[in-house]
Amino acid sequence: MIKDTKVVELEQVAIRFSGDSGDGMQLTGTLFSDATALVGNDISTFPDYPSEIRAPQGTVGGVSGFQVHFGKNKITTPGDKAHVLVAMNPAAIKANAKFLMPAATIIFDSDSFTEKNLRKANFATDDPFAELNLDDYFKIPVPITSLTKEALIDTDMDNKAVLRCKNMLALGLVSWIFNRPLDVIEEALKAKFGKKISLLEANIEVLRAGYNYGMNLQHSTPQYLVPAASIEKGTYRTINGNHATAWGLIAAAEKAGIGLFLGSYPITPATDILHALAERKDLGVKSFQAEDEIAGICTAIGASFAGQLGVTSTSGPGLALKSEALGLAVMAELPLVVVDVQRGGPSTGLPTKTEQSDLLQALYGRNGESPLVVLAASTPSDCFHFAFMAAKIALERMTPVVLLTDGFLGNGSEPWKIPSMAEMPSISTRFANDAKSYKPYGRTDNTLAREWAVPGMEGFEHRIGGLEKDENGGANQVPENHQKMCDLRAEKVARVVDLVPDLEVYGCQEGDVLVVGWGGTFGHLVSAVKDLDEAGKSVGLAHFNYINPLPANTAEIFSKFKKIIVCELNAGQFVAYLRNKLPQFSYMQENKLQGLPFSVEEIKDNVLKILEDK
Amino acid sequence: MADFTYDVKDFKSSTEVRWCPGCGDHAILNAIQRTMADLGKKKSDYAVISGIGCSSRLPYYMNTYGFHTIHGRASAIASGVKSANPKLHVWQITGDGDALAIGGNHFIHMVRRNVDINVILFNNKIYGLTKGQYSPTTDRGFKTKSSPFGTVEDPFVPGQLVLGSRGTFFARSIDGNMKMSQEIFTEAAKHEGTSVVEVLQNCVIFNSGIHEQITKAENREDHQLYLKHGEKMIFGVNRDKGIVSEKGKLKAVTIGQDGYTIDDVLVHDAEDEESYLHSALINMALPNFPVAFGVIRSVKAPVYDQEMESQIKDVQARRKVTCVDELLRSGNTWEV
Repeated sequence: MIKDTKVVELEQVAIRFSGDSGDGMQLTGTLFSDATALVGNDISTFPDYPSEIRAPQGTVGGVSGFQVHFGKNKITTPGDKAHVLVAMNPAAIKANAKFLMPAATIIFDSDSFTEKNLRKANFATDDPFAELNLDDYFKIPVPITSLTKEALIDTDMDNKAVLRCKNMLALGLVSWIFNRPLDVIEEALKAKFGKKISLLEANIEVLRAGYNYGMNLQHSTPQYLVPAASIEKGTYRTINGNHATAWGLIAAAEKAGIGLFLGSYPITPATDILHALAERKDLGVKSFQAEDEIAGICTAIGASFAGQLGVTSTSGPGLALKSEALGLAVMAELPLVVVDVQRGGPSTGLPTKTEQSDLLQALYGRNGESPLVVLAASTPSDCFHFAFMAAKIALERMTPVVLLTDGFLGNGSEPWKIPSMAEMPSISTRFANDAKSYKPYGRTDNTLAREWAVPGMEGFEHRIGGLEKDENGGANQVPENHQKMCDLRAEKVARVVDLVPDLEVYGCQEGDVLVVGWGGTFGHLVSAVKDLDEAGKSVGLAHFNYINPLPANTAEIFSKFKKIIVCELNAGQFVAYLRNKLPQFSYMQENKLQGLPFSVEEIKDNVLKILEDK
Repeated sequence: MADFTYDVKDFKSSTEVRWCPGCGDHAILNAIQRTMADLGKKKSDYAVISGIGCSSRLPYYMNTYGFHTIHGRASAIASGVKSANPKLHVWQITGDGDALAIGGNHFIHMVRRNVDINVILFNNKIYGLTKGQYSPTTDRGFKTKSSPFGTVEDPFVPGQLVLGSRGTFFARSIDGNMKMSQEIFTEAAKHEGTSVVEVLQNCVIFNSGIHEQITKAENREDHQLYLKHGEKMIFGVNRDKGIVSEKGKLKAVTIGQDGYTIDDVLVHDAEDEESYLHSALINMALPNFPVAFGVIRSVKAPVYDQEMESQIKDVQARRKVTCVDELLRSGNTWEV
């Protein structure tokens, strides 16, 4: 590629850091991303790691990757393919060859190309690049291991500890190549290692050694300049989806003026929500690490009964375990937020990989007629907004709300313009205030939501439960009453539509093809649609965050396009839902079940085929 | 010290009680209502939580806050209620199936955490609401609809499960003995932490008389030992029998026979941190022993819901972040 130029200006670059799952690639990627955001680029990240904590060393299955995409313009995806691969061993090259741009740059640890490592990665010859048809790629061999050892030759660290610093050498080198300031990274390392001074010093030493190595090798290594993005003025930070979710829930509780209670059981990839909330005792958050998924939701239901915002966080298998209790929250009409950070299923499936296959479970996965509100976030940072909205709807409409995110959003990060609490919508809780007229399931306004009286409120004592009830809360098995209550619960959820903003279309507002998506695929779909529009095609994107109820103008939007293609990372769940809700339209579908996000290219190819196929 | 004056009627809801006539649940309900009236704590601070089963219908009959939840989950839901608002008085009503079969996991973890909840465990050794299947406390070999040739499994001893979960309070009572139940429920209410009270309850339809050897009037004195902290373990119609410790084991003896004197009889120490004697008392069974009732164990330990609050207070005393606006701006941020 750009062999002879010393400084190359690029609009956008995707870098993939890749090594053994113990090589510290997630940390390396995160540090690089944070430094990149701070110099003013827009970024999007994609951690891709195996479910084993320490998979067999040197094997393709044990490769852990972290891709960061940054640029001077709006970055909506982590990039289909990487421009630069940093590979700590031969297995990393093998695992990532198919995720590289043609003629990409490969920086690799030449020390790791031993006979043993080549065999572990199942290479047949001693030339992995030839074997993978990567001959015309730009390869930068760097003796990462020996340079690291050299940098730390004066320390009394043992060999194992020394080798753990290898990732810093790679990070230092890449920081030089992409002109990232080391001081930001060093600050972050200080925060990470804290009082472990010797470890901190070693990491910084190796980081600088990597940087200097790049500088000294200018003749053979190009340096890239990616100008800062022209983005809206404000205060920014990077945030991943799980943190944004946790903080959105805290924000909602603060806005509503009530306590936040999380009942949760650790599960990949949702556990960081538990971590992020457990950390916030300073804001009064109560986090309860339950004995299992069921207790996670049940403690949250108990907290809701007691007058707090009850929340439980989980992933697909956990949602399955919670389904009976979720039905209780539907029946009792308690405010509750369930966050499902979706992963590949069924069963244990692909714990660390992303998928959108819990949609129908969220909508229908309970016994009986059990309607509830389902939302889906679509970028790492908008998890904040939709977590906030999930809580607002739960509290204002006295219903459980399921918020769907996914592993891609939960672990992915991007710069985020920090909102102020003053600009967040208000939340009116429905605490009852007249004991004399209070009926636990009386419905006094158009929302059909009941009023909330909680233990401790004098004069409002009442009983609720999972049995079908009448408006006083007492068990009632009369046939007409059951029909009436089922209808009321469904209508109450349907009326949430008045809190749902109208659907907006990206790209063409009417025309040949409407791409329909929901949740975490937004970045890839909008990139594809943008490219197609720029190529003069008549294509729009309708992306859903509100799944149940659907935005009121959905049918109107659908009617403006000749063809509709619903793209989702499952076998066709949203499209089945749409066929049920809006049967007047005919839908095409694009589905993918590989534990990976869509690529922009595959979306574009499919839409182009539809456009040709008149 | 009663803060409020109540009559037992104040705790009765208008819902008609619909247990079978003669069911032991009626008396337990009355004892609970009387205990609450006598305790004089603010009525609206009570939350009575239950799971599923005959006993779990009880919250509907209480004129307090109540939540009739789902099978087995009462311990988890009650834990959430109490943790969310430690000022509430949380009572959990449950049965041998609800607490020890489907809800076993939640039960042991609630006890381990020592959440301040009063658990009334109705033990009738049978599933009543599903019409007569064996439960986790049904004795080996017992014939029921689901064990027509007798069960081939051993039952839980609820008190042992509580001790194994590091329980801080365990007591046993009898449905028909309202005086004893009230005394024990009062102690349970005063205990800080999880209090488990096993009440031997008679299912008049599917398992009538299952506790009869222990509970019927003519056997009462000889087959029951009502333990009281600091008092000698004496029982029998003539108050001449006692429990002694011999070679590391308990033994029921007659005072004045075989050389045993009143001085040999053990004094009950419910507050002993060591649980081995409590364990032995819980295990006492006919015919060699009377069955132990009363507060068998009551020890002090950190209480989950209080610890949760005090940890929050500690962190808040030295916090840097005091509101969400500050949280969002904490750590690495930059201006554009």
